[in-house]
Amino acid sequence: MLQNCKDVTRENLLTEVASRLPLGYRFVTMTCVDLGDAFDVLYHFDKNYELSTLRLRLPKGETLPSVSGLVFAAVLVENEIKDLFGIAVTGLAIDYQGHFILADGAPTAPLLKNPPPPTAPAAEGAPKNG
Amino acid sequence: MARKSVIPFGPQHPVLPEPLHLRLVLEDERVVEALPSIGYIHRGLEKLAEQKDYIQDAFLVERTCGICSFIHALTYCQGIEALLKLEVPPRARYLRTVWSEMHRVHSHLLWLGLLADAFGFENLFMQAWRAREEVVDLMEVTAGARIMLGMCCVGGVRRDLTDEQLAAVLKSMDKLNRQFDDLIPVILKDYSVQQRLRGVGRISRETAYERGAVGPVARASGVARDFRETGYAAYGELGFVPVVETEGDCYARMEVRLAELYQCLHLVRAAVRKMPSGPISVTPKGNPDGEYVSRTEQPRGEVVYYLKGNGGKNLDRLRIRTPTFANIAPLLAMLPGCELADVPVIVLSIDPCISCTER
Amino acid sequence: MTFLNAIFRNLFSRPATRRYPFVKREPFPGTRGQLAIDPDRCIYCGICAKRCPANAITVSKTPSKSWTLDNYRCVICGYCVEVCPKKCLTMKQDYFSPK
Repeated sequence: MLQNCKDVTRENLLTEVASRLPLGYRFVTMTCVDLGDAFDVLYHFDKNYELSTLRLRLPKGETLPSVSGLVFAAVLVENEIKDLFGIAVTGLAIDYQGHFILADGAPTAPLLKNPPPPTAPAAEGAPKNG
Repeated sequence: MARKSVIPFGPQHPVLPEPLHLRLVLEDERVVEALPSIGYIHRGLEKLAEQKDYIQDAFLVERTCGICSFIHALTYCQGIEALLKLEVPPRARYLRTVWSEMHRVHSHLLWLGLLADAFGFENLFMQAWRAREEVVDLMEVTAGARIMLGMCCVGGVRRDLTDEQLAAVLKSMDKLNRQFDDLIPVILKDYSVQQRLRGVGRISRETAYERGAVGPVARASGVARDFRETGYAAYGELGFVPVVETEGDCYARMEVRLAELYQCLHLVRAAVRKMPSGPISVTPKGNPDGEYVSRTEQPRGEVVYYLKGNGGKNLDRLRIRTPTFANIAPLLAMLPGCELADVPVIVLSIDPCISCTER
Repeated sequence: MTFLNAIFRNLFSRPATRRYPFVKREPFPGTRGQLAIDPDRCIYCGICAKRCPANAITVSKTPSKSWTLDNYRCVICGYCVEVCPKKCLTMKQDYFSPK
């Protein structure tokens, strides 16, 4: 099991993140895990080689508030999660509109356990492999 | 009155072997804003990893990167070993260290060549890559392949080194040391190198930390963070101290990597001399269950593997955060204020590896 | 002038490269070049095909016994050589070259 793991909710996520930064925590990355009916969004922080994690249980269909206003480094990984899992992230510092990792005509939300079937045939000239 | 213009940098650019696209907003020749975009070589490795079993994944994650492949496999295997509660034999830990450091030597030399090529120092490019050939050959002799060693497996390593091979490693290290002695003082003192790198792309200690910089980028700004300090594999027994510079410019990043080249030779020698005897692997039993975050230090910085097993032989989730991904945010802090002509040098100074970044 | 040493050494040493198509480097003894099979000893159990991380091997027992390798998929990791129960798979040192 993960050490130093703390559960947070959508409401207190931003305050929890904000309270860690002045203590010298460095943002490492975020991980998103598909649990079936919900997502686990993990925020990894590091201080003196100790990893500590905030775990947000996000039911499917809900939006994820962005922490990129507090930690700019999170903007890339939040865009990645938005692309690969199809989670709507609100308040992104830079919003790539779902084209950060994926190209036009790529499968939608490919990292879900059951990705949605491809809707329309790929637009003409779109790359086949994304 | 300065005129604003927007120019695309990449994805096809002579200095970049890999497709990174930067949208640069310029005022005359000065960059005021940079916006990165990647996604040209996303391969869906994380998804593929869920379909292979956890032994096969060791070969798969190795192919995340074509430069630091061994350390990817090492990070993954250390994570799985932690989930399975496997104790790796000491000889395997030392052999892993030897191969990791060989990979670091080859990666830094490759980077040095590319950087030299970026600022037009063709001669240095060839000298660096000639020295790299020595270590790449050494990897082929010891592991059977030049880059994709395939030597790290869950539970240990797959091939043992004979005493003659260990002696050959030491001999090669001496040879490399002589080549570095020829090369490195010249690079550090060279007038044109200094003109191109000093004061370019400076990033302060605070910005580096808060943007999450890792590896040589962080260490060149005075953040003494090197995951080898935690003593994974055999690093705890070799007396490792991270190399730190404080200037935070491209020159400091080069200084860190050049000093690390010598340090790598030192670590390989120390590991070979202390090499314990015994078995090189244990057979993994059972299946991984639970979550674990495994971290190691790559040539470019800290790599993070999140592993989640569900008790079956396939993993539930494998997430890879590569060092370049973390270094893109600091890169965006370096670019504003620099000249357009310095952009390629600054981009190369973080040692970008885009294929890793997108997986 | 520290570079002078390097310059002289470069002037009087042999080139680092070979005249490749005419002069070929001998492969190192432990090199993993390409996969080879001894079909007489193979029992067509299919373990290599199951374990292969790249799905490069196809083994079938019916209608006729066959073992095929897709050289363009093979990543030359040598895992199949390790797991083969009859040890009929080996690694050859020379690389596979497309026709």
